[in-house]
Amino acid sequence: MTLTAERVSMTFGGLVALDDVTLAVPGNRITGLIGPNGAGKTTLFNCLTGLYAPTSGRILLDGRPLAADPAQAMRGGVARTFQNIRLFPGMSALDNVLVGRHTRIKQGLLAALLHGPGFRKSEAAATERARAELEFVGLGPEGHMPARSLAYGDQRRLEIARALAGDPAVLMLDEPTAGMNGTETADISALITAIRDRGIAVVVIEHDTKFIFSLCDHVYVLVRGRMLVDGPPATVRTDPRVIEAYLGATECSK
Amino acid sequence: MAVLAQQIVNGLVLGALIGLIALGYTMVYGIIQLINFAHGEVFMVGAFGAHFLARYVLPEDVRWYVALPAMCLAAVAVSIGVAVAMERLAYRPLIGAHRLAPLITALGVSILLQEVVRVFYPGATAPLAFPRMFVEGHLAIGPVTILWTGVLALAVAPLLAAALHIYVERSRLGRAMRATAQDPDTARLMGISPNRVTLATFVIGAGLAGVGAVLYGIHYTQIDTAIGFQNGIFAFTAAVLGGIGSIRGAMLGAFCIGLVKSLAGQYVWGGVQYDYVWVFVLLILVLMFRPQGFLGRPEGMRA
Repeated sequence: MTLTAERVSMTFGGLVALDDVTLAVPGNRITGLIGPNGAGKTTLFNCLTGLYAPTSGRILLDGRPLAADPAQAMRGGVARTFQNIRLFPGMSALDNVLVGRHTRIKQGLLAALLHGPGFRKSEAAATERARAELEFVGLGPEGHMPARSLAYGDQRRLEIARALAGDPAVLMLDEPTAGMNGTETADISALITAIRDRGIAVVVIEHDTKFIFSLCDHVYVLVRGRMLVDGPPATVRTDPRVIEAYLGATECSK
Repeated sequence: MAVLAQQIVNGLVLGALIGLIALGYTMVYGIIQLINFAHGEVFMVGAFGAHFLARYVLPEDVRWYVALPAMCLAAVAVSIGVAVAMERLAYRPLIGAHRLAPLITALGVSILLQEVVRVFYPGATAPLAFPRMFVEGHLAIGPVTILWTGVLALAVAPLLAAALHIYVERSRLGRAMRATAQDPDTARLMGISPNRVTLATFVIGAGLAGVGAVLYGIHYTQIDTAIGFQNGIFAFTAAVLGGIGSIRGAMLGAFCIGLVKSLAGQYVWGGVQYDYVWVFVLLILVLMFRPQGFLGRPEGMRA
């Protein structure tokens, strides 16, 4: 599956947040999106996840227009995590992941009230899948814990597990390593690579350019609402326009 | 001793019936933070729906094991119908309005429903006799007697509350309800439709109130248009006492209220004329020392 933004522009009143941005996110790839503060990264993210309807241009998932409705985008296969963690704090880790699977579970109200075999089977299958996702992100033993009592890094992992439970074709991660130390960041890198190896397209927004260049297969650089340059990390990091506009001479010499 | 035991039993039966109404208050509040003051009337119209079926549709000589389920179905259908119409027409247009708007609307809907039934239901200007069902029989434990209708209420109410608890904990819709109660915006981003969750909550609350209405009718054998208001106030108090948003709390609060009302009517100066007073004294005392109620937690519906 490929998620694309086709000549997307977005204005808020007189402010141009995105100006004619085109981007393609293919499956089996980790795509990075970097840019200085206020470059429009999150705005683009919100367009790609159906939260905003672009002022002009189109968002396509495998050639079909994506509805500007997060619930439908989710059903279509676009899942996301949030810059500020948005878990359900009082629910268990397992229940949080099960909520992420909401759109994939089929249960009639009557069948559920009668606790019929179909209902039990559907619950058992959903629970098994949710446990597998917890295991996948390394939270296997923490399933019963309320989300709020997990460590900060584990809460970020839980958000990823919740997103994966919805069978996404594209997973969008908004600053997945914000506030993490070096070890935790390396763990998240390994996790993201493992997600790509499952055939899921991953999009990562980050400030940490070192993290992006070491992790991503393809990098887009957004500056003041315009797509400045894109390409493989090796090309992008040495591109003089990127160095000038974003990285600065000192960062580049590292 | 015999009197005390008898009053405890009477109190528990009343508590069971109030509990079935209280569940509706607590669930709706858990999801949309609305005290649905018209929920008592959802209970009341259920009782009239069952009465209508028994009085005008069912044959005279119908056996109780046919009549009772049929009346329950009628009551549940009428209660759900009214609750769905109420949610659609009165509350949904007010989403995003000031918090007071739906509250005042709820009071308006409550009065409207009472008056509509009083004016249009044949004979509803006075109390109506509810069909008597196996009332002659009773269970005797030593000196204490419980009508079979009371036994039924004591069995059914906790059973339904437990089923609801399990349903909310272990089903797709139940999880959607809890997620919406905790963070409606994030729940929406997970593909949960807040409108559907809200509607389902009204439907479940109304269904329980409908069953409660039939149990109430056959136990007290008389209904009128004010039963929704009276019992609704008790049920609302029970939900607050138990911790609004909590399913177990609502049942616990309801049993407490039933017991206090029953025992105060027997033993406290003033008797049954003042038994209401002690219920609210209990409420005030509990809220002074534990404002969130017995089992209440800040984050909303956690059964």
